[in-house]
Amino acid sequence: MLGIIGGRVYDPQNDKAGEIGDIWVKDGRIVPAAEVDREKAEIIDAAGLVVMAGGVDIHAHIVGGEVNAGRKLRPEDHRGKERAHSGSLRAGAGGTVPSTYATGQLYSELGYTTVMQASTAPLMARHTHEELEDTPNVDNGAFMVMGNNHIVMQSIADKQFDRARDYVAWLLQATRGYAIKLVNPGGVENWKWGRNVAELDDEVIGYGVTPRQIMETLATIADDLGLPHAAHIHGINLGRHTSARTSIETIKALDGHRAHLCHLQFLSYGSGKGHVHKSEAVAVAEAVNASPKLTVDVGQVVFGRATTMTCDGPLQHTLHNTAGGRWMNDDVEGESGGGIVPIEYKPGNPINATMWLTGLELFLLIDDPWKVFLTTDHPNAGTFSNYPQIIRLLMDRGYREEMIATLHPRARKGALLAELDREYSLGDIAVITRSGPARALGLKDKGHLGVGADADIAVYEERDDKEAMFARPRYVFKAGELVARDGAVLKQVAGRTYSVAPDYDPSIEDDLRAHFKAAYTVSYDNYAMLSGDGARIETVACG
Amino acid sequence: MSTTVENVACPFCGCLCDDIIVETEGTKILKVKLACSSGQGIFMDYDPRPRRPLVHGSEVEWSEAVAEAARILSAADSPLIYGLSSSASEAQRKAVALADKIGAVIDSTSSVCHGPTGLAMQAVGEPTCTLGEVRDRADLVVFWGCNPDASHLRHFPRFSLTAKGTLTPNGRSDRTMYVIDVRPTGSSKKADHFLQIEVGSDYEVLTTLRLLVRGGEPSSDVVGGVPVAELKELAERMKSCRYGVAFMGMGLTMAPARQLNVAELFTLVAELNDHAKFSVIPMRGHGNVTGADQVLSWTTGYPFAVSFARGYPQFMPGEFTAVDMLARKAADAAVIIASDPGAHFPAAAAAHLERIPTIVFDHGPSVVAAKADVLFPTAAYGVDAGGTAYRMDNVPIPLTQVIETDRPTDEEILDRIIEAVD
Repeated sequence: MLGIIGGRVYDPQNDKAGEIGDIWVKDGRIVPAAEVDREKAEIIDAAGLVVMAGGVDIHAHIVGGEVNAGRKLRPEDHRGKERAHSGSLRAGAGGTVPSTYATGQLYSELGYTTVMQASTAPLMARHTHEELEDTPNVDNGAFMVMGNNHIVMQSIADKQFDRARDYVAWLLQATRGYAIKLVNPGGVENWKWGRNVAELDDEVIGYGVTPRQIMETLATIADDLGLPHAAHIHGINLGRHTSARTSIETIKALDGHRAHLCHLQFLSYGSGKGHVHKSEAVAVAEAVNASPKLTVDVGQVVFGRATTMTCDGPLQHTLHNTAGGRWMNDDVEGESGGGIVPIEYKPGNPINATMWLTGLELFLLIDDPWKVFLTTDHPNAGTFSNYPQIIRLLMDRGYREEMIATLHPRARKGALLAELDREYSLGDIAVITRSGPARALGLKDKGHLGVGADADIAVYEERDDKEAMFARPRYVFKAGELVARDGAVLKQVAGRTYSVAPDYDPSIEDDLRAHFKAAYTVSYDNYAMLSGDGARIETVACG
Repeated sequence: MSTTVENVACPFCGCLCDDIIVETEGTKILKVKLACSSGQGIFMDYDPRPRRPLVHGSEVEWSEAVAEAARILSAADSPLIYGLSSSASEAQRKAVALADKIGAVIDSTSSVCHGPTGLAMQAVGEPTCTLGEVRDRADLVVFWGCNPDASHLRHFPRFSLTAKGTLTPNGRSDRTMYVIDVRPTGSSKKADHFLQIEVGSDYEVLTTLRLLVRGGEPSSDVVGGVPVAELKELAERMKSCRYGVAFMGMGLTMAPARQLNVAELFTLVAELNDHAKFSVIPMRGHGNVTGADQVLSWTTGYPFAVSFARGYPQFMPGEFTAVDMLARKAADAAVIIASDPGAHFPAAAAAHLERIPTIVFDHGPSVVAAKADVLFPTAAYGVDAGGTAYRMDNVPIPLTQVIETDRPTDEEILDRIIEAVD
């Protein structure tokens, strides 16, 4: 039992914006004061401190085949960032692609308690789950990529919507996935022919379907199945000067459906002078503001080292040819692909500076903080360890001006960001880092401090320097257990993995058995994780 | 009464064929269908009788053997943990946990086979694909310094040569096959084109191919013993194929220039993607050696040759690789899991292994098992223990326990040692 007494509580879901209050905890959950025996409870005096729910990261690449290839690819990335074994704390490697134990520890040190793995090819799901078991201190879940899936595309081509829906439901169960993820729908399949897509109505080779049809179908399926999280979409043309236009077209195409557009910063560019992209944040934010069922995360660029890794194979090849250096590619049969390119973002590079501006402009131009969430698309635009710096940029206009002054003159000149006065409040930060992502994920016990919520709690000392404040929480509790203090992890606890189990017509299983024999090199029984232990896995209800 | 288990994965090699049918009765395996001759041996030659652990050659209780292992490791200043490639990832994870706790060096058999492949990947990256893409799409397959006809017996029919897929409905006749090697092999006999190159000329031939792909002209007519005209033909086929795949083996990694050979091939494949779609797949040998790379990477950041001596992971091939640790007499105790360095290591390394206390996990006889200070006759993953393994293309495959057993798994014993060790 635990009481956190007299803190200033920022709990936007329960309309608390800094009011003094007490939080009571029993058996890992938040309970009414009457249920706790104060004599026996551990009491934390939070007078003068800021109390929030634990952070919720809606989109980060933390585990699985692609992430692990990134770890292996970059020994230089870990050196000097190691974490030593200490008591029960496992040793690990840090850097832009930390090892699993280090990842859990680093999130605890930031006050984050829930993280969603942004993309996993279903064929590799077992790998993702093995790594999630080795990632302590965060509850989690994995999004399954389906935007280039052969069965989905064939079902669309055959106008068999029900088959697509049943298959998606089966696939989420079979892989213990949490949500439908799309990455450059159609473009990754075309990359297996050395091509890509550039427009929503371009054809996917061999299927005759279009990115538009794939996105509409999967967004409809997410709604029909009542999945807790909407279709999670990385659209077409990421990084290209046509991306803002196609992002806006995508938002229109999804009209009427729930959808989440991830790392939208990377898809909000237009063409500027001299082959330098320009920010189209105004037009993109306007489209977001006008779409009530849409949420987005930003994928804010942070200057410094990063490792780009996406299922967007053709994008990574373009990046490799642009940036030079090492390149990983992995085409995954029937499903997906992906690539990795190490990168460094520099303020003196006009393209990097424009990307940085675009992300912050999106944050400040999207009116409703419940629609826009803090991410760096870790480790693509920066690492999750950089979140405190982004919080400061959002809360502190003076700091923004200092940073703008360091940008390449071509990016700085005429940049809209310099004119934006808006500063986020602590309440707004609680929304974009906790309550908003939890609500968008459909995780009812996360992201707030109301009775019944999981006792995932972060306590901060309020400071003028908001980066320093959020980089070093005074206390972090995971399910009521103190896991970090003064910015240092104390303890490893096992996280839960959330999955969904939507209903499907069981006759699809025979259909799929036959398909697997013909189209996969792994048998149906060995692909599907339909039986076996799932002690750590918790099913979140659909509907 | 006999039981038939279908879709069993064979744990022998990196193909992890998971369509095997095994007939069993109690603890006995009666029949194995679809497996190659190597896979047959894994199942049919397995002696499932439970054995007691040995300490200095005498049978003891499991708890006593665990206590002796813990005593040896607690007393060691510089323990080495080695092997892992025929174990399941669940046990590999425990092995890393043990290394982390006792400050050991941990290394897998990768360091003596595809270690240079890992270094090449770190240097230049690696454009790759899963084996299903090969089956479905590949119209050009190139085997360099490898001989699947002898080492991975179902690779050709299941994935890479006669396999039929969506875009390769006629199997063999839809593919052009090249073998590049220093001598004729079973694989080269099946090839449409066999380029027999001189020993030690791999790098030169690869560089020439890169030049030709870029449209350059070599200054000589013969490179590595092969007429340049033949290399030109290969370069043209590589640039104009629909989906090309290069497979590479220890003919590249263990030949002079080692990782530089591999990096040159990976770079060639990367550059070919400006012309055609091209991928490369290393022919990983042991059933779960790929898993050892994966597990070490996710737990430590590095694929092999990792030291926890300073409390945090450090990576240094040549220092923390098992052969070097032993040959330099830098290890003062060793845990050997499911491999036989006593039989396969260079003499100086094998000799030091005999001098230091060893704790061996093996389900069958081996040179290191025969000389172990502590021997744990554990279950065999994929036969009488279940778990997870990673195919050569990094696809995770579940291993099935096909017969009942009283033997503990590597994972269970490692867990008990972790508990017991200081």
